[in-house]
Amino acid sequence: MTASGSPVSTGSVSVPHLDVDPFDMNFFADPYPTHQRLREAGPVVYLDTWNVYGVARYAEVHAVLSDPATFCSSRGVGLSDFKKETPWRPPSLILEADPPAHTRTRAVLSKVLSPTVMKQVRDRFAAAAEERVDALLDKRSFDAIAELAEAYPLSIFPDALGLKPEGREHLIPYASVVFNAFGPPNELRQEAIARSAPHQAYVAEQCQRDNLAPGGFGAGIHACVDDGEITAAEAPLLVRSLLSAGLDTTVNGIGAAVYCLARFPDQWQRLRGDHSLARNAFEEAVRFESPVQTFFRTTTRDVELSGAQIGEGEKVLMFLAAANRDPRRWDKPDSYDITRRTFGHVGFGSGIHMCVGQLVARLEGEVMLTALAQRIAKIEISGEPKRRFNNTLRGLDSLPVTITPA
Amino acid sequence: MPAITFIHPDGKSERVEISGGESAMEAATRHGLDGILAECGGNAMCATCHVYIDDAWLARLPDMADDEDALLDGTAAERRPTSRLSCQIKITPALDGLVVKLPERQV
Ligand code: FES
Repeated sequence: MTASGSPVSTGSVSVPHLDVDPFDMNFFADPYPTHQRLREAGPVVYLDTWNVYGVARYAEVHAVLSDPATFCSSRGVGLSDFKKETPWRPPSLILEADPPAHTRTRAVLSKVLSPTVMKQVRDRFAAAAEERVDALLDKRSFDAIAELAEAYPLSIFPDALGLKPEGREHLIPYASVVFNAFGPPNELRQEAIARSAPHQAYVAEQCQRDNLAPGGFGAGIHACVDDGEITAAEAPLLVRSLLSAGLDTTVNGIGAAVYCLARFPDQWQRLRGDHSLARNAFEEAVRFESPVQTFFRTTTRDVELSGAQIGEGEKVLMFLAAANRDPRRWDKPDSYDITRRTFGHVGFGSGIHMCVGQLVARLEGEVMLTALAQRIAKIEISGEPKRRFNNTLRGLDSLPVTITPA
Repeated sequence: MPAITFIHPDGKSERVEISGGESAMEAATRHGLDGILAECGGNAMCATCHVYIDDAWLARLPDMADDEDALLDGTAAERRPTSRLSCQIKITPALDGLVVKLPERQV
């Protein structure tokens, strides 16, 4: 990983060319030194491996997120440019859309996942978290990924959406395909897409109105058809967005929080002393670990970004995780501090495409960490954690832990 | 420079100066004020920047949009006739001196 050749001048500021591959297994194993290298190389860099621009500092990542007219999403938020290539699945009506098309679909999902709706599901989500932790207390030693980070969202989210009981085992594999597919045509992406057919078929089927139980988030989306806010053809694709983005992300977010609290016992003790820190402890884990590591945008015109000239039709890779640890923005960025003011982190994005399910994620994280802090005195890592590799998501495959009851 | 005053639930008040074009939420978070969470960063999605506007000022604020109105139904503390989302209130010179009360809780 060395800078290849001399920096090429493309305007008032030269854009350094790096031969970093941010979709390589070695990078995934330990991305932090490379993140630092990317940030220090300049405000905008060029990655020769995939012929894309990259931004890794907070200011530029935030600037790209805040200007959707210049840095669009409708040409795909992965490496593939939908103007030149056929997407592997029909594009998302919200993630891979620009205003004005985006505005309408966004409003529908915001309504279905609003603070009011969160108030209605809160008690149910909290009770399920308590039940899960009680079950884990009986075992004492368990895998915190399979039995906590995955088991908890799986115990509430599919029901909240209104899914049938059959076939739910497709949900996590489906999401993993979606997030791998944002990456380049490497082995991870190719393999994921090659085995995606049954997962895609399951998801397409569940998105239909008749298959969604009344009262759930899915039925709520379809109800917007009756009000004329979206068409009957759009509704299933919006339900698909919840299935793609609503489960694996929270699994990785909760996994990240437990991993942090297990590694930093002083922070765990702080949380034990003040349960009201649970929500912020989760938020700080999202900043610190950034379960969603990267997203692309495509330029709609020639643009200057922090002095660098970028032409029209270029892919720009935003390193959300690197921005979340940029020392230009964060004090002691590499420490996990549950009392930190996390305001402004880009772990959920920012601007018009900011994660529409953020309230669900925060609710799940908060009630789970509260349940843990109320019942458990100690969480100890009791075996080698194993990483799960994905082109977009960062998380663990397994995390053996032992807990001591309070 | 316009300034606005936040009154905490315990009665303590904090005066915050506003730089050009900031919203009340942005000024509050830039000053590290407790009591405004602003989890969505001002994108009108979270309702954790809820404030109660002082009666004398209420009529002088710009009208609220439908999305703000809908979000206010989801605030953690009770919604009152004086409730607004501070991220949707741009502070213009005309709002110099605005007084807002912070709710008991944001989540
Ligand atoms: S900051 Fe989220 S609604 Fe105001």
